[in-house]
Amino acid sequence: MSETETSTVLSILRERFDAILDGWISTQSDEGVQRTDLFSHKEGREQTSSLLRAMITGIAEGDTGSRFDLSSEPWTELRTVLVDVTQERSARGVSPSDMASFVLALKGPIFFQLQELLADQAGELVEEIFFISRVIDAFAVYCTEVFIAERDRIIEQQRDQMQELSTPVVELWDKVLTLPLIGTMDSARAQEVMENLLETILQRQSEVVIVDLTGVQTVDTQVAQHMLRMASAVRLMGAECIISGISPTIAQTMVQLGVDVGEVTTRSTIRTGLADALNRVGYEIVHKAKQ
Amino acid sequence: MSAASAIYFVEGVLLVAIQEDISDTDILDLQEALAERIVRDSARAVVMDINALEIVDTFVGRILAQLASVSKLLDAQTYVVGMRPAVAMTLVELGMDLPESKTALSLSHALQDLRGKPLA
Amino acid sequence: MSVPEGALVSVCVLLRDRDVLHARRVAGQELEKLGARSVKKTRFVTAVSEIGRNAVMHGGGGEARIYSQVHPPCVTVVCRDKGPGIADVDAALCDGFSTAGSMGRGLGGARRLCDQMEIETTVGKGTCVTMVARL
Repeated sequence: MSETETSTVLSILRERFDAILDGWISTQSDEGVQRTDLFSHKEGREQTSSLLRAMITGIAEGDTGSRFDLSSEPWTELRTVLVDVTQERSARGVSPSDMASFVLALKGPIFFQLQELLADQAGELVEEIFFISRVIDAFAVYCTEVFIAERDRIIEQQRDQMQELSTPVVELWDKVLTLPLIGTMDSARAQEVMENLLETILQRQSEVVIVDLTGVQTVDTQVAQHMLRMASAVRLMGAECIISGISPTIAQTMVQLGVDVGEVTTRSTIRTGLADALNRVGYEIVHKAKQ
Repeated sequence: MSAASAIYFVEGVLLVAIQEDISDTDILDLQEALAERIVRDSARAVVMDINALEIVDTFVGRILAQLASVSKLLDAQTYVVGMRPAVAMTLVELGMDLPESKTALSLSHALQDLRGKPLA
Repeated sequence: MSVPEGALVSVCVLLRDRDVLHARRVAGQELEKLGARSVKKTRFVTAVSEIGRNAVMHGGGGEARIYSQVHPPCVTVVCRDKGPGIADVDAALCDGFSTAGSMGRGLGGARRLCDQMEIETTVGKGTCVTMVARL
């Protein structure tokens, strides 16, 4: 770190902290960056001020020269604050470009202060501006990265939730399970669904499983393969598999695709599937005559 | 008879619990021993408990399939019981469905099936 | 062939069928250490069993080297023999192909059970199969 390189900026940041902070906040509102609809002035000021303080720490201790590296140790505090602010704002619906503009809005007030101080030293002014720009740009890029990572995490989370939602294994009666399939089946999901089903068979000691296709829109060769593999695996575990909810369209498609279901029991509705399953485990549904 | 697996004869049924670390040689010996026992004991069925097996590869799968076919020729029904979920998924992936064997969740489920009534 | 990822954990000699049991146990333990789920472990260990047995039965014996890596988590098994080699790898990978009277599902099956499998073979010199399980 070269002392001369950072000392001017550092002293400006320290001595004129409030002026820069006010300038930053007003630039944000001038440019419509400050989302008052999403958070209050007070919160915005606190966040902005903690960012500025963390930035001073970074510049004072870190390498800001050619080896400037935002991921290095002295910038830990700033990164932490940036992550907090970004995550919090993204959760409130602030867009990545709003977030970048928010960070970049810091340039104005600092440039202004530098200009005042170094009015008659053009060479030095350019150098200082060049240096501080690089640091602030790095902040903005970092914010965007955090933003994207946060979005990815949310997408991943939602995907997991959806998968779990769409593959419940339900115990309908003693020894009878049902797996209502919904949506599309790719290989990864089929694998997961099968694992879940087989583990439940083991836990509940179920003897009959109804795999219901009522909620499945289309059956292509791949889906049919998964279905038949599932039936085979269920049989290997020692339980029986009934595939129900095969619509006329699905039946026709399967024949056209040349899918041979072999020994697997198929039923058009879950209703007949259930009656069949109960029958196999020794129960019968009877109509109770009114007294 | 193989050291890795003991064969028991109960209610006219040969029961075998295959041990976790059974080797290829052991399982070949077992196959031979079982064929002989089916005839000697006039067994009506063979129940193989494979719950201890963490994996069943194509070799072991083939022996199980052959055993079922041999038993069928000797008029005995084969049951494979206690297969683990992960093993079932892997075998299906390998294209081995053991079509000649009956399957059951456990030994008692198989015996119940042989007695001809559902497990209470 | 690329260098296996991670550190060498074990070198298992493959001469008899018992040796295959040992190799697959080591591979299974390594996957367990990395927190693999049972389906993952069973699939990979089954593949190791297929390939290891091939080395013993058709390759006249060989060795299995087991590598493990934490970041990103994966287990690699390199199984090498000095057997007759495979003349037509593509055909050998098809289900139903067999030169030894078996069912011929081993090689193709093993490939489906790994996340990655590479076969290097020279007729008359031997075969090297690299299997990778990623978590």
